[in-house]
Amino acid sequence: MYELIEKSEIFNVHKMVIKAPEIANFLKPGQFVIIMGSEYSERIPITVSDWNTDTGTITLYVLELGISTLELARMKVGDSLYAVTGPLGTPSEIRRYGTVALGGGCYGIGGIYPIAKACKDAGNKVISIIEARYNSMFYDEKELHSVSDRVLYATSDGSRGKKGKVEDVIKEMLEEGAKIDQAFFMGCTQMLERCSEATRPFAIPTKVALNSIMLDGTGMCGACRVTVGGETKFACVDGPEFDGHKVDWKQLNQRKSAYTEQETLAYQSLSHECLAEKKLRGEL
Amino acid sequence: MGLTAKERMAIERHSMAEQPPGFRNRNFEEVPFGYTPEEAVAEAQRCLSCKNRSCVSGCPVEVSIPEFIALVTEKRFTEAAQLIKTKNVLPAVCGRVCPQETQCEEVCLRGKKDKTQAVAIGNLERFVADYERENNLIEVPEIKDKNGFKVAVIGSGPSGLTVAGDLIKLGYEVTIYEAFHRGGGVLVYGIPEFRLPKKIVEAEISSLEDLGVKILYNSVVGRLYKVDDLFNILGFNAVYIGVGAGLPIFLDIPGKNLNGVFSANEYLTRSNLMKSYLFPKYRTPMIIGTRVGVLGGGNVAMDSARTAIRLGAEKVTIVYRRAREQMPARAAEVHHADEEGIEFRLLSSPVEIYGNEEGWVTGMKCQRYELGEPDESGRRRPVPIKDSFFEFDCDQVLVSIGGQANPLITKTTPDMKTNKWGYIEVDDWGRTSKKFVYAGGDIVTGAATVISAMGAGRRATKAIHEDLMKQSDETFTPDWW
Repeated sequence: MYELIEKSEIFNVHKMVIKAPEIANFLKPGQFVIIMGSEYSERIPITVSDWNTDTGTITLYVLELGISTLELARMKVGDSLYAVTGPLGTPSEIRRYGTVALGGGCYGIGGIYPIAKACKDAGNKVISIIEARYNSMFYDEKELHSVSDRVLYATSDGSRGKKGKVEDVIKEMLEEGAKIDQAFFMGCTQMLERCSEATRPFAIPTKVALNSIMLDGTGMCGACRVTVGGETKFACVDGPEFDGHKVDWKQLNQRKSAYTEQETLAYQSLSHECLAEKKLRGEL
Repeated sequence: MGLTAKERMAIERHSMAEQPPGFRNRNFEEVPFGYTPEEAVAEAQRCLSCKNRSCVSGCPVEVSIPEFIALVTEKRFTEAAQLIKTKNVLPAVCGRVCPQETQCEEVCLRGKKDKTQAVAIGNLERFVADYERENNLIEVPEIKDKNGFKVAVIGSGPSGLTVAGDLIKLGYEVTIYEAFHRGGGVLVYGIPEFRLPKKIVEAEISSLEDLGVKILYNSVVGRLYKVDDLFNILGFNAVYIGVGAGLPIFLDIPGKNLNGVFSANEYLTRSNLMKSYLFPKYRTPMIIGTRVGVLGGGNVAMDSARTAIRLGAEKVTIVYRRAREQMPARAAEVHHADEEGIEFRLLSSPVEIYGNEEGWVTGMKCQRYELGEPDESGRRRPVPIKDSFFEFDCDQVLVSIGGQANPLITKTTPDMKTNKWGYIEVDDWGRTSKKFVYAGGDIVTGAATVISAMGAGRRATKAIHEDLMKQSDETFTPDWW
C-alpha cells in the first residue's frame, strides 16, 4: 500500500508519486491528503498536485521543513508510506469566472496545476504566476504551460521574469488595468498574506489555500482553526480555501508557529541520532 | 462454593491495588493493577446469585453477570470470559471504562444499604478478560457459514467493533472503514493509556481480524466513498454508521483561538493516538503546560487534566460551572484526579482567556456561579453571581465542554434524516430513514459512554440481521438474541 513510485528533488521540494488508486478515483482540485512516512510520524497535510486514475497514483510536492518531512524526503522509490488519508478538504469552487489568476510559490508551483487545469476546462482564461528565489528552482512548468494561457515568472534575483514575487507581478498587472475576475494563491502563509494584500485594493475576489496544523483532517480536533471574517473555521473541512481578504493572518501565523521549539528539538535529535548510527554502520 | 449467604455477606468488597497517586501522576502506566486470582475468587463469592438478577437488566448489553461470577468462584476464569463475550465483545475494555456504579453495580443487592459494597462486577469482568488474554486462552468462537451478505461498518469505535464482531459470527462478510491509521476510535484517540492500555484495544481488534473482519484504515467515508457508493460501487447489502460525535465546541469567549488553547480532542489525540508523550521518538509534538486550566466536568475533562499532570504540568485546575455532585464524570475518575493533585474550581466558568503579544495564553478570567432552580435535566441550574470575577495564571487551556455532530457523512447522504442538531435519527433498533443504513453510538445520541454505544451496536446488529434475512424469508426471526 502507498508505494513510492517516483521521487525527485528540486531544492528541498520533493516530488513524490505514490500509489493510492482509491484516493486518485475520488480526488478533486484543491483537495489534500494527510500522510505519515512511518508509524512514528506526524500526520502531515499535503496538497495533491496531480493524480492519474489509470496508474492509480497521486503526485505530491513535499517541502522538507521539519523532522517528519525530512523522513519523507529520505524515503526511496519502492518504499511504502505508512498512511495516506484522503481526499480531504472541500474542493475548489470551479466555474466560469472569466479570467483567473493563479499564484504559486514553493510547493504551490506544482499545487496550482489541478486548479489551473479545471479552470481552463471550465472555459476560463488562465494566467499562472509562479515565484522562486532563482530560475533553477522552478519545476514541472511544462504541465502548467499546458493548462495556462500565460505563465508569468517572478524570481528574487531577477534571473527569470520579474525581479520580485507573485504579488509584485499581480500588482503590476492590476495597476496596468488587467481584468482579473478571480485569484487563487497557494504557498507559504507569508506569500498568501502578501498576495491577498496586493489584490485587496482592487477588490479582486481572492481565494487562498491555507496550510494550518492538522491532526485528523475530518473536523474532529480543531487544531487547524482559523478566524475568517470574525468566525472560527476549520481549515480541514471548511477549507482549505478561504477568502484571503477575510483571514486573520496574525492569528494564523501565531498558531502555525506554535510548535517551532519542539520541532527544532526533534530535528536536532534526529540528525544527531542518525549521524552517530550511520557512522557505526559504516554508512558515512 | 459451598458458602452460606451469611458467609458471603460477611466478605468485604475487594478494591484493586493501584499505583500510589504521587507516583502515578508522572507516568502513563495503568493506575489499578487488577485482581489476583485469589482476590477475584473471594470477590466473586460475595455475589448472592439472587433471583431478581437486577444487575443483568442494569447492563446495556445484558451480560449474564451472576452466571459468569459463579464460574469465577469455581476458578473457571476462561469460561467466564467466554460467557461474557457472548453478549459483550469487549470485556477487557468495558471492565475498565464502563460506569458500573450507575449500571449493574448500582442495582446490586449487596449495595442496597451501602453503595460501596456492591459486588465489584466491573473488576471481575476485567480480571477474567485479562486472564484469558494474558494466558493466550482466547478461543475462536463458532462462526456460522457465510451467508453471502456484505456489510460495511463506518468507524472502528466501540459500536462499530460490536457490530463487526456480532455480524461476522452470524456469517456476514464485514468490512470496517476507519478514518485514522489505527483502529479503536475513541478507545485509542480519546481514552488515555493509564485508563485503558492500548495493547488491550489492539488485542481486541486483532482477534476480530482473526475472525475474518476486514479493516480498511485511512478511509474517510464521505470524502472517499459516499454511503451510496458503498451500495452501488462496492456492493454492500447494509451499512452501519458508528462514526462518533465529532466536532469539538470551543467556548465563544475572547482568547479562544490563542496558542495553548486546545480542544480536549486535539490534546488527547496528540497524547494518545499520536503518542506524543513519547516525543520525540513519536514525532508529533506536544507543548507541555506549566499551569493548565481544564474546562468541563466530564470524563474527558478528567482524562485531559490527568494527562496534563502526567506530561509534567506543575498545576492543573479543573473549572466547572456546576457543583461537584453534578459532574458528569464517573465518581471514581473525579476521585483519581483529586488524589493526583488536580485542583477543582467548581461553580465557576471562564469569561475570557488572556494572551500575550505573541498570541500565547497567559491566564483566565472566570466568574463564580451559584445553584438556582432545577433545569430540564433535573440538575440545579448554575446562575452567575454578579461581579464575582476571579483570575488565575495559566499557559494552557484544555476545552472539554462537549461536541457536536460531524456532518461529513450526513451531508453526503442527503436522503438520511437527521435531527436539528445534526445527529442521525434512528428507530429503537438503529434503523435510519434510509433503507439498509443503520447508525448507533455518539453520532445518534451525542456524547455518551462506550457501553451505550456497544448496546446500540448490538441492537443494530439484530436489525441488520433481521432485515437482510427477511429479504429471502419473510417469516425470519433472529433466534440468537
